[in-house]
Amino acid sequence: MSEDFIVSLLAAAITMGTPLLYAALGEVICERSGIINLGVEGMMLIGACVGFIAGNSFGSPWAGVAAAIAAGALLALIHAFLTVTLRANQVVSGLAVTLFGTGLSGYLGQDYVGQPAGAVFGKIALPVLSDIPVIGSILFKQDALVYISYFLVPLAAWYFYKTRSGLFLRAMGENPAAVDAAGINVFRLRYLYIIVGGALAGVAGAYLSLAYAPSWLENMTAGRGWIAVALVIFALWDPWRAMAGSYLFGGIDALGFNLQVLGLPVSGFILNMLPYIFTVLVLVLVLKRRGGRSAAPQALGLPYDREER
Amino acid sequence: MKVVLEKRLGESVKAQIGLPVASALMALVFCGVFFALTGKDPLMVYDSMFSGALGNDYGLSETIVKMIPLALCALGIAVAFRMQIWNIGAEGQFYMGACAATWVPLNFPDLPAVIMLPAMFLLGALAGGLWGLLAGWFKTRWLVNELISTLMMNYIAILWVDYLVYGDWRDPNGLNFPLTAAFPDAAMLPSFGDLRVHAGIFVVLIAAAVFTVLFKSSKWGYETKVIGSNPVAARYAGMNIPRNVLLAMFISGAVCGLAGMVEVSGIVGKLQHGISPGYGYTAIIIAWLARLNPPAIILVSFLFAVIHVGGFMLQTMGISAAAATMLQGAVLFFVVGTEIFTGYKLRIVKGGADNE
Repeated sequence: MSEDFIVSLLAAAITMGTPLLYAALGEVICERSGIINLGVEGMMLIGACVGFIAGNSFGSPWAGVAAAIAAGALLALIHAFLTVTLRANQVVSGLAVTLFGTGLSGYLGQDYVGQPAGAVFGKIALPVLSDIPVIGSILFKQDALVYISYFLVPLAAWYFYKTRSGLFLRAMGENPAAVDAAGINVFRLRYLYIIVGGALAGVAGAYLSLAYAPSWLENMTAGRGWIAVALVIFALWDPWRAMAGSYLFGGIDALGFNLQVLGLPVSGFILNMLPYIFTVLVLVLVLKRRGGRSAAPQALGLPYDREER
Repeated sequence: MKVVLEKRLGESVKAQIGLPVASALMALVFCGVFFALTGKDPLMVYDSMFSGALGNDYGLSETIVKMIPLALCALGIAVAFRMQIWNIGAEGQFYMGACAATWVPLNFPDLPAVIMLPAMFLLGALAGGLWGLLAGWFKTRWLVNELISTLMMNYIAILWVDYLVYGDWRDPNGLNFPLTAAFPDAAMLPSFGDLRVHAGIFVVLIAAAVFTVLFKSSKWGYETKVIGSNPVAARYAGMNIPRNVLLAMFISGAVCGLAGMVEVSGIVGKLQHGISPGYGYTAIIIAWLARLNPPAIILVSFLFAVIHVGGFMLQTMGISAAAATMLQGAVLFFVVGTEIFTGYKLRIVKGGADNE
């Protein structure tokens, strides 16, 4: 394998990992507040669909991203209302969001299937940085959404570990009653973080339809939303680890794709299984190393009821 | 004036029946808004869906044909959900069951029906069961979240079937379509006269009857219920939780695998790309909506089969069948959203005084 091949593979790992990164980062934020969001796949799909349509109509990929953020946030609002206000089962509510998002995106997007994208995020080589040998070609010849994600991860880590609000966010996932007792409005903040998570899932979808593919296809996420949910477990609910995990999975995706292009005598269907097999294997390995204890927030998945404090 | 939630004393039967019905109606209105916003007359959309699925013998027969895999998958899912094990891998288990069942007629086309059908039946159930068991094993051995593992295994199973029907199993005389050769008659479940409704309906009814009895009056049914509702108490009572998880995942997967066998042997007559249009996912809603109660599952499956067949009718109007998926998701929204009202009721408090 030549150096060029490895560099292009790693650059592709970043590109393919970026939608996972946005979605996983959103899920980390949401789950840290104590709410499981299994609607990521549906939110990504609706983000991809609405983002593509808005990008086409307004001729700007940024309009697409804005629309995707709004669409992801709206679906998240439904999830928040069901799980926080009505204390519904978070697993089932998330499944409903995914089903609804899948259906709605297929319905809204039916006239756009296979159409060329009117607006796409092109690759921008950053001056100076992209001239660094090897690293420049991998990290700094990407598109704008990739560069934004480079800032979002440290921002999230700083918020989590260095700010007062971040402390409350983490505490809310462990012991919401204690946070409530400290005079913080747990309900309002959980709404906020669920919606932020949904907005990021929307961006993840828009990345697929405006930068990665760029086109709209029914079910184009192909399970990436679910892989993002798995990544959060792998990442032990930490933004930096989510970033590393996303690029690792992006790399697996890129590898399968490149092996196909190279004409390896293995069926494309088998190579396409790699990310899914890898997801299960990684979960097994992570949990095995931790002796079967996950690092999940203590109150994750439990509805918070003030009367039962 | 202030609206507060107040705990009900005891379960309200009226709420248990009224809420699902109200949920379905609200979902119709909710999706109707989306149809209206995109320039479709919601009444016309619903009319063509329901009259297409119920209005004539052909539609009704199709609806029952679709009800069979939905009900079987939902029964399988109910086995796991009762223990709070989130097996959302019915889709993959269905594919694996269909795949294993297909192996028999492809390799032994000359077997008589009395051997062929039971062999397909057993292999289909076994393949689905093992596919479920694998996720159960990951869960009991390493606490791997079964939601993730079963879902990932869905994609793997679907790609596996694609690998076969685009590859070694493709019918050489099939004009390159991704499907196997048609099954011999001995591999087909009998059907009723000219209708497409087939003997799979009996599999559904028998399975529902068996699970009704097992859930209500067997030691296993009791244990799984206790483990699901109170694992701590179950452990103190000396119940073997890992063994029950494995057993539940195997049975759950086996029933879903059986659904795959019944589908290829009852109606399709071959294995092909996209053998399930998402039965395994729709069945999750059905199981939940029916509160994991087998007779209710049959009823709800029929209603969802109506939506399914109605979705196909929509395609003739140039509307994506995804509209049916959307409707199903919306039904689930309202069902989970109104669930709280089986245990609580709304009360309006005068004066707005905080009653804490």
